Amino acid sequence: MNRNINPPIPRIILRPNQSWLQIDWRGIVQYYDLIVELVMRDFTAKYKQTLLGPLWSIINPLLTTLVFTLLFGRVMRVSPTGLPPLLFYLCSLLGWTYFANILGSTGNALTANARIFSKVYFPRLIPPLATTISNLVGFFIQFIFFCCAYAYYRIFTEAGPNLSIGPIVLIFPLLILHMAILGLGVGLIISSLTAKYRDLNHLTVILVQLWMYATPVIYPLSKIPEKWRWVCKINPMTAVVETLRHAFLNTEAFAVSGYLLSLGISIVIFFVGILFYQRIARTFVDTV
Amino acid sequence: MTAPIISVRGVSKRYHLGHIGMTTFREEIHKTWNRWRGRSAQKPKSPHEFWALNDITFDVQPGEVIGMIGGNGAGKSTLLKILSRITEPTSGEIELGGRIGSLLEVGTGFHPELSGRDNVFLNGSMLGMKKDEIRSKFDAIVEFAEVGKFIDTPVKRYSSGMYVRLAFAVAAFLEPEILIVDEVLAVGDAQFQRKCINRMQEISQDQGRTILFVSHSMPSIRRLCKRCAVLEKGKLLGLFPIAEAVELYSRKINPSACDVEVRDRKRDAVANGSVCRITRVRVLGDRGLCFNEPLELEFEIEAPEMIEKVMLGFGFDTVEGQRILTLDSDADGRNFSLAAGQNRVRLSLPALPLHPGRYYCSAAVGLGRVYYDIVDGFALWEVRAGRDDWESDRRFGGCRLLPQVSVENFSPVCS
Repeated sequence: MNRNINPPIPRIILRPNQSWLQIDWRGIVQYYDLIVELVMRDFTAKYKQTLLGPLWSIINPLLTTLVFTLLFGRVMRVSPTGLPPLLFYLCSLLGWTYFANILGSTGNALTANARIFSKVYFPRLIPPLATTISNLVGFFIQFIFFCCAYAYYRIFTEAGPNLSIGPIVLIFPLLILHMAILGLGVGLIISSLTAKYRDLNHLTVILVQLWMYATPVIYPLSKIPEKWRWVCKINPMTAVVETLRHAFLNTEAFAVSGYLLSLGISIVIFFVGILFYQRIARTFVDTV
Repeated sequence: MTAPIISVRGVSKRYHLGHIGMTTFREEIHKTWNRWRGRSAQKPKSPHEFWALNDITFDVQPGEVIGMIGGNGAGKSTLLKILSRITEPTSGEIELGGRIGSLLEVGTGFHPELSGRDNVFLNGSMLGMKKDEIRSKFDAIVEFAEVGKFIDTPVKRYSSGMYVRLAFAVAAFLEPEILIVDEVLAVGDAQFQRKCINRMQEISQDQGRTILFVSHSMPSIRRLCKRCAVLEKGKLLGLFPIAEAVELYSRKINPSACDVEVRDRKRDAVANGSVCRITRVRVLGDRGLCFNEPLELEFEIEAPEMIEKVMLGFGFDTVEGQRILTLDSDADGRNFSLAAGQNRVRLSLPALPLHPGRYYCSAAVGLGRVYYDIVDGFALWEVRAGRDDWESDRRFGGCRLLPQVSVENFSPVCS
């Protein structure tokens, strides 16, 4: 009966209506192994019984890139001059797809896991966290592809000399983290809302699309009239995409103050999302 | 006395009936729109409140094995859900002195595409085990589940028996300080079920763990627990020594009507009711169930499609949970067929051999060992003394059949 004396076990207190700020960080650390398992599951399950396996992580953005290149680069000519349109769109999508994927897959975190949540307890934040991490795999595959294309244009085309990577590229990890927290934050907010209103599910797809057009993904920020540029600037994704392109393609730099503002907004959204989600998730099971 | 490992203080849980659950945004807008236009003829209905739990207070000492009994809707599962942190109480407080592991369902989160091995790790970590812990128990789990060489096959290719065995095996090796077990989890064929129950006994006895054990089976409760909580309509009647609790429980519950519409199923059958399901069971005749009188049971079975071969089984259990009489339509090896739609099936006996008393009734449809639908303990029926029953108080054995009597004086005494 004394086998439980070491290590000391924290006493858990369950009571209703705990403060909004109560986030079970310790629980998340305890369930670290579950995060790893879920990430593995996401990855294996996603590509089992598909013909091309992980190749889909390239094919999807690649097809989008080709469509964009043809439609916006060649026909509508909104991509900046002096840059190969293909590279421009590969880079833009590198800064967008990860965010969009997180948003899309965490947007229904509660409803998709309702069955599991009603049978077993683990910190409810774990599934969306795991999806955020497992989406990184696709991101890196996409990144490698981008690097290959970059190397090709740098070495074999006359656009090569224009391409140069500045020291700003060192903030690349920060940009990834930035996309992750913003996508997760918005996803959690949507997921909490869908817990009450199921039909908001359909909204996620539209939101992602509209958001993409509101972000300088298919066009550079410089093509936006000065008068409307502030609209783009309060959109936190603008800073991410613009900075990423600045880092790799040496396009016009985005103001540091603008980037910090965007980072601030993202962090706020992230915490609002977590708090909101935690609050809803605590009794979500009762409403299923 | 040490500090209690579970301390429940004044816990209540309220559910809203009527407008439970998720609405769609469209409905909400519709309501608001109507209200705005003054068409609020139908005011938002005053929410029906329902207290699933009402002011529950009790303590459990470390190492105790507590049984929990109560009829349907007594609040057992709500209490389990709150204790296992799946939902929150509406008021009150619970203090837990350790990690809690709850088995309310086996196989939660199993992914069909993943191999048995991957699923053991996934499910184990979902239940709160560490990776190293699972690794060290892995061989024992596989052995217990009897899946052997199939461990690297995706579980979607498993037979349903293998699937539940593997799922239970993971759960059986969970080692938190407090374990919450719902006994309907004992799964699989009779042999494996016995293994499951033995395993639970092993856990509770050898390792000094605190266990909350919910069951309808009085023999298992008797075997595992010393104290037992009795719940009734959301209230805790108290924690009693086991004999007292069982006695109290069987006195408290009222027999069901002779015509039962079956709604909730406690146990999942293989096909989960998709092949056919029992929707209604009733006793024909106006006298109900009587000892030594003809018995005729009528079942309504709903089948989405025609079923060529099917059998129907019916069982009577004593309140202690002992199966005492089974009526299987295929006892002579013959099955019947069902047309698509609603079917009526009757089982009858010339004379019911059960002693007067109360019995839990269960029914199942299936073929051989595969069950399409199981309604476990759907009713508590009372068997009354028959019209010409003079010996009802002579309660020896489970059943009493009237034998044919013949007397032969084979060696007469010569006078």
